Amino acid sequence: MNLSLELMLQLSIIVPLSATLVIVATGDKPNLREGVTITSCLILIYLVVNLYQGLSLGATISVFWWELLPGLTVSFAIEPLGMLFALIASFLWLVTSCYAIGYMRCHQEKNQTRFYSYFAIAIGAVIGLAFSANLFTLFIFYELLTLSTYPLVTHAGTENAKQAGRTYLGILLSTSIVFFLLAIVSTWFVAGTLDFKLGGIFYADVDKVMAGTLLVLFIFGIGKAAIMPFHRWLPAAMVAPTPVSALLHAVAVVKAGVFIIVKICVFIFGLDLLSVLPTTQFLLYLAAASVLLASLVAMRQDNLKARLAYSTVSQLGYITIGALLATSSGIIGSSMHIAMHAFGKITLFFCAGAILVSLGKAKISEMRGIGRQMPLTMLAFFIASLSIIGVPPTGGTWSKWFLMMATLETEQWLLMVVLMFSSLVNVAYLLPIPFYAFFPVLLSNRESNKAPNQYSSKAAPVGNILTGRQIKEAPLPSLIAIVITTLGCLTLFIYPQPLFDLASAVLSIRE
Amino acid sequence: MISHLPVLQVIVPLMAAPICLIFKRAQLVWLFSLLVSGLTFLISILLLQQVMTSGVLSYELGGWQAPWGIEYRIDKLNAFLLLIISAISTIVLFAAQTSIEKEIDKNKHTLFYVLYLLSLTGMLGIVATGDAFNVFVFLEISSLSSYALIAMGKNKRALWASYQYLIMGTIGATFILIGVGLMYQMTGTLNMQDLSQRLPEVAQTRTVFTAFAFVIVGVCLKLALFPLHHWLPNAYAYAPSIVTAFFAATATKVAIYLLIRLTFSVFGLSFSFTTIPLQSLFMALGLIGIFIASISAIYQNNIKHLFAYSSIAQIGYMIVGFSISTVTGLTATLLHVFNHALMKCAIFLALAAVMYRLDDVQLNNFHGLGRQMPLTMAAIVVAGLSLIGMPLTVGFVSKWYLLSALLEQGWWPVAVLILLAAILTVVYLWRIIEVAYFKQPLVDNAAVKEAPILFLVPIWTLTIANIYFGIDTRLSVQVAQAAAQSLFGLTP
Repeated sequence: MNLSLELMLQLSIIVPLSATLVIVATGDKPNLREGVTITSCLILIYLVVNLYQGLSLGATISVFWWELLPGLTVSFAIEPLGMLFALIASFLWLVTSCYAIGYMRCHQEKNQTRFYSYFAIAIGAVIGLAFSANLFTLFIFYELLTLSTYPLVTHAGTENAKQAGRTYLGILLSTSIVFFLLAIVSTWFVAGTLDFKLGGIFYADVDKVMAGTLLVLFIFGIGKAAIMPFHRWLPAAMVAPTPVSALLHAVAVVKAGVFIIVKICVFIFGLDLLSVLPTTQFLLYLAAASVLLASLVAMRQDNLKARLAYSTVSQLGYITIGALLATSSGIIGSSMHIAMHAFGKITLFFCAGAILVSLGKAKISEMRGIGRQMPLTMLAFFIASLSIIGVPPTGGTWSKWFLMMATLETEQWLLMVVLMFSSLVNVAYLLPIPFYAFFPVLLSNRESNKAPNQYSSKAAPVGNILTGRQIKEAPLPSLIAIVITTLGCLTLFIYPQPLFDLASAVLSIRE
Repeated sequence: MISHLPVLQVIVPLMAAPICLIFKRAQLVWLFSLLVSGLTFLISILLLQQVMTSGVLSYELGGWQAPWGIEYRIDKLNAFLLLIISAISTIVLFAAQTSIEKEIDKNKHTLFYVLYLLSLTGMLGIVATGDAFNVFVFLEISSLSSYALIAMGKNKRALWASYQYLIMGTIGATFILIGVGLMYQMTGTLNMQDLSQRLPEVAQTRTVFTAFAFVIVGVCLKLALFPLHHWLPNAYAYAPSIVTAFFAATATKVAIYLLIRLTFSVFGLSFSFTTIPLQSLFMALGLIGIFIASISAIYQNNIKHLFAYSSIAQIGYMIVGFSISTVTGLTATLLHVFNHALMKCAIFLALAAVMYRLDDVQLNNFHGLGRQMPLTMAAIVVAGLSLIGMPLTVGFVSKWYLLSALLEQGWWPVAVLILLAAILTVVYLWRIIEVAYFKQPLVDNAAVKEAPILFLVPIWTLTIANIYFGIDTRLSVQVAQAAAQSLFGLTP
């Protein structure tokens, strides 16, 4: 096939959206329906990879759809940051679909057609968001993403799910309507345009207080970035089926949030302006507080998915900090962390889901000794944890390195301490899980010497687990997905060059 | 023929109303009314085209010259309104026959169409005429027929609601009449064009102030501006569903038109907004109205009540836009008049369909309706998102203009309040969505099916219009902007 790049750009948004229709139409034949999902995943990857090649050859790819109001257009343009995001989202959609087929069937979920169709809409929204050429287009897809993920969050249809859906929608819609929209209209008013432009769109003599206020509005308005105090929706969203938590609430939705923050810092404010705004420092500390507090809260969670969710809140703070530091290494670190964290966290969620479908366990306190039943899963969990913490041989090393560099360059010592301390906390809340999964005895010995606490009362099942030695891994498609993303974590350590090139190209695209 | 269009716009439904009585069969009357309404729609399109290309059309009734005879004066503003009213009327009529079969006694069907056409005549007349007393005449035509229409509701409370509306409406109309009388006393003319030239000479007299006060309060009663809104929720909730759909989309819009016409064209901008502190007054009332009505909507269990309160809140948005008194602000108001007609008509028609299937629109009857009437519920969801102001729906366009107008003046706090109010909209909409999509259907309603096609066609025409005009804004924005500019005396 010989399609023009412009056409491919449009197709990459249209294919997932129209896949929805086919999925609904083939709803009563599950195998065919899943075939449609996988096929559209593959087509999307083909398109995005071609676009990537086109971009690295130096082509400028932009498409104009229509003008809503004078000067307010729906149009798309590809730049490296969006490309990076689209690559991750489309690749992980394939992996997650593979995982979802195993998970949803094994878990006997209802309404699977609805699940797959809204999933496809959400991915279409993510791609559209990644390739948006201006804030207005981006806002459309941002809201579409919120609305299309609502039925996924409330998939179970229980009272619990409904409550969570309220929190989810309440926070995401409110912040976007009140802060984000206001910020967009005001930007339109101050700058006269909404187009993304390297170096920012504000004039040099813009009122600093005004621009600073706008920055605050943007950071608060992008609720998807889950900066405290607007993070509650993310733990709430964990009632969704695990593939949703994995792709959307570890990768697509939250990454859309931080992606927009990076994009706004670079293309709306520009790094020069950003570093002199009066509110930047305040927002940096806010993000740092988010990093620290979320890590501490994560330590106290016994539900594995909730712990991972708070961990995500914390890691998103890293990316926001990197963007707000307004240096090139900060932007590179943030962009790379979008990818690194995506691979790490999706693996962790896959593992959590695998444990849930195979052993029916959701609580960490019940997971001791499961390493014998699910060795591969727990090994993957271990490696992904390393990547989140940021130690070799995993990809997370690089992004955290650049983020540290950025704090050093800007002499933000306090932030550096926060980042390092938070990494330590990561060790404390992630590593014990695989550790006790493989060595449950060590724990029970030590605990029996200590005063009784909440764990010791649950020490009884350990004996049972030890006797049940048969291996009971997740269903094969899910297992394959876990292995792929784990290998991704490792590969990104050995071979980070393409990612680094893309991340560093963000700041140096030609006009 | 073409030169008679301004008067035909009003005469056609007026003449058609008594003709309805000739037909014996309700089906025939329905088709005839549909035809008539379609004809007025066609006329309004032609009128709008003419006005947009060649400017103001003036028609002298009976050949009497303007200040003495009655003049019909069509400019961009009322051509836009005529289009909205006649289009909504036609779309609503599609579903009328099916809906009233369930809700109105068979022997009253013909009467229903007579009243419907009379009420349409009244609204079109108010908008088309250029004569202040004529406005009052048409106001009475539309009001009297609407009291009767509302009283046709099956629920006993419809009578009480209609009576309430009758009292308030009559007070409003009387106030307008007194105001017009006082103006006539001071200037000796009833022609609006003429009034606008003569009023400035006597502007500083107490009589003109009094006239202004009477007229404005009278109009505000009609448009259900907070705190004069108490008649509206019951009237909307207990009227036959089809009547609600028609009135919700048009009746208050006509009052908004009247408000704009009187303040901008007759009394003039400087008198209305500088001599009298109308701006801060309307801004405050609009904002309070938005919040109080939205919060009331959250606590309603009758869904028609709920959206009636929502209508009051939306009127608040229009009033806020109006009170800014700039071109952008007025554009926002006019756009919202158009856009809100599309949203609310879609929603109330969908509710009429629910009423048709379930005989009730209490919230607990919506249990599981998302599965039983998927298309109807989907329409409510889409129109509801438009009400919230999601991008790519019409609601976003008018909100964008309203925010721009507020920021133009530097009124940040008001802009924030407007945005906050949208969250309340999310809350009351989501109450319905949660019930419709998360609950199992009630046992009694297990056999409920999707609405008949005669409902679905108009409902989805409007729903698609909600999206279409949210994407292709050329028609609505262009006309609204041109109308606003001409009111400020600017030529585009």
